[in-house]
Amino acid sequence: MIALLLSLAAGLPQRLSETGLYADIATRTIAPGVLPFTPQYPLWTDGAAKQRWIKLPEGKAIDARDPDNWVFPVGTRFWKEFSFGRAVETRMLELLPDGRWSYASYAWSADGSDALLAPERGLKNAAQTPAGTRHDIPGRMDCRACHEAGPNRVLGFNALQLSTDRDPLALHAEKPAQGALDLAQLVERGLVRGLPEEFLRQAPRIAARTPRERAALGYLQANCSACHNSRGELAPLGLHLDNRLVAGGSPLDSLRPRAELLQKRMGSRDPLTQMPPLGTHLADREALEFIRAWIREELGQGEREPVQPQTTSK
Amino acid sequence: MNKLHIALFAAIPVVALALLQTSQAANSGDEARIARGSYIVNSFGCADCHTPKKFGPNGPELDNTRAFSGHPADFVMPPPPVMPEGPWNLAVAGTLTAWSGPWGVSFPANLTPDPETGLGKWTEETFISTIRSGRHMGRGREILPPMPIEQIRNMTDEDLRAIFAYLHSLPAVKNKVPDPIAPAAAR
Repeated sequence: MIALLLSLAAGLPQRLSETGLYADIATRTIAPGVLPFTPQYPLWTDGAAKQRWIKLPEGKAIDARDPDNWVFPVGTRFWKEFSFGRAVETRMLELLPDGRWSYASYAWSADGSDALLAPERGLKNAAQTPAGTRHDIPGRMDCRACHEAGPNRVLGFNALQLSTDRDPLALHAEKPAQGALDLAQLVERGLVRGLPEEFLRQAPRIAARTPRERAALGYLQANCSACHNSRGELAPLGLHLDNRLVAGGSPLDSLRPRAELLQKRMGSRDPLTQMPPLGTHLADREALEFIRAWIREELGQGEREPVQPQTTSK
Repeated sequence: MNKLHIALFAAIPVVALALLQTSQAANSGDEARIARGSYIVNSFGCADCHTPKKFGPNGPELDNTRAFSGHPADFVMPPPPVMPEGPWNLAVAGTLTAWSGPWGVSFPANLTPDPETGLGKWTEETFISTIRSGRHMGRGREILPPMPIEQIRNMTDEDLRAIFAYLHSLPAVKNKVPDPIAPAAAR
């Protein structure tokens, strides 16, 4: 595996400007064919502003026949930029010909002229956040810790996150970026193929008993379920916070006996107990209050029939 | 009994023998792997921290009746001493199963295959990703000193598989090692 990691690192561009994201990095002009997207349930990163892009190889499309496990064409690239007042970091994922994903992060120079490949072990204290905490650029093993803990390597680009039926209560929801593609547009442009007909007729959404529950489950999906899911390495822990569109169980049953611990871990930034264990030094107070209220007032209310998804246009 | 049945019956011992040989080969492979794991673990000094101690006729020695079961749950440690400023900034229990330093307080883990308190539910993949990432279960908090993770992460996958096979061959010992304690400044 060591040789494997070294070989993956060896092929990484040394500068962000060499990765294909920009046509002109000086003017931040995005390259043709690089498409912005905005997931409806963003990951909490201490309040960082984010931009995200995907580039599919020319003429290739995503196979969405299994709506919970999209298959990306070889050569697919993703970028995600993190800003605290200025761009601090841009992460990149690429699907290699042998089926593995490579992970890289680029640290922006203070003058914003370009970003350099961060060391394999990451870069601690790469920037300071407005709250006075530090922002650490994760190491490549840290990338793998979250992105390789379940069946999907891509976490924020899927049928649920890109659904046109966006959750109005989603925490820290971002206004879709200009030109951002949603699920319906991706299908219409032939970039997502094979999506089951039912999700074309009715945009995907989390099954929940109340609007607040929907948003709470969406938050846990985005922030916890990369590791705490029903199909990954940590499934034996019993906390399954993934909301699968097909044949998925409800996260509620696994959450009920662990609700107290979940709140404690969410609220902690003691590095030995905090959750998520990396990528944040600042507890998400707004989300914690929201989740607490939902747990207190709704989670323990016993079994009720899930609210049926509303019919929406695709 | 037709010819087909006769042929099938005749084939049974052959198939059985082949399966037996395959099984023996697998067992032999397992044994070789466990032996390799034993060699690494027991020459690398893992027991120094991960095995409780007892007093024998010659002083403290490894308590191999509970080998690799980590810091004993019933050995409750008092709060660590406050160390003065300067280079003497570590404190360690005489058993080597409790350590205090700038990272907080850490207790060597139960490495036996007990399903609730040890590695019984871990897969080989979880073990390898833990060592490679330096994170608990490959995903969680960082593995703390004095675990020499920086050295062990350089081992080959094959050696890590051998270590895991050896640890899983040990008698399971039920012992819930205390959780680590963060330094006061981080709490």
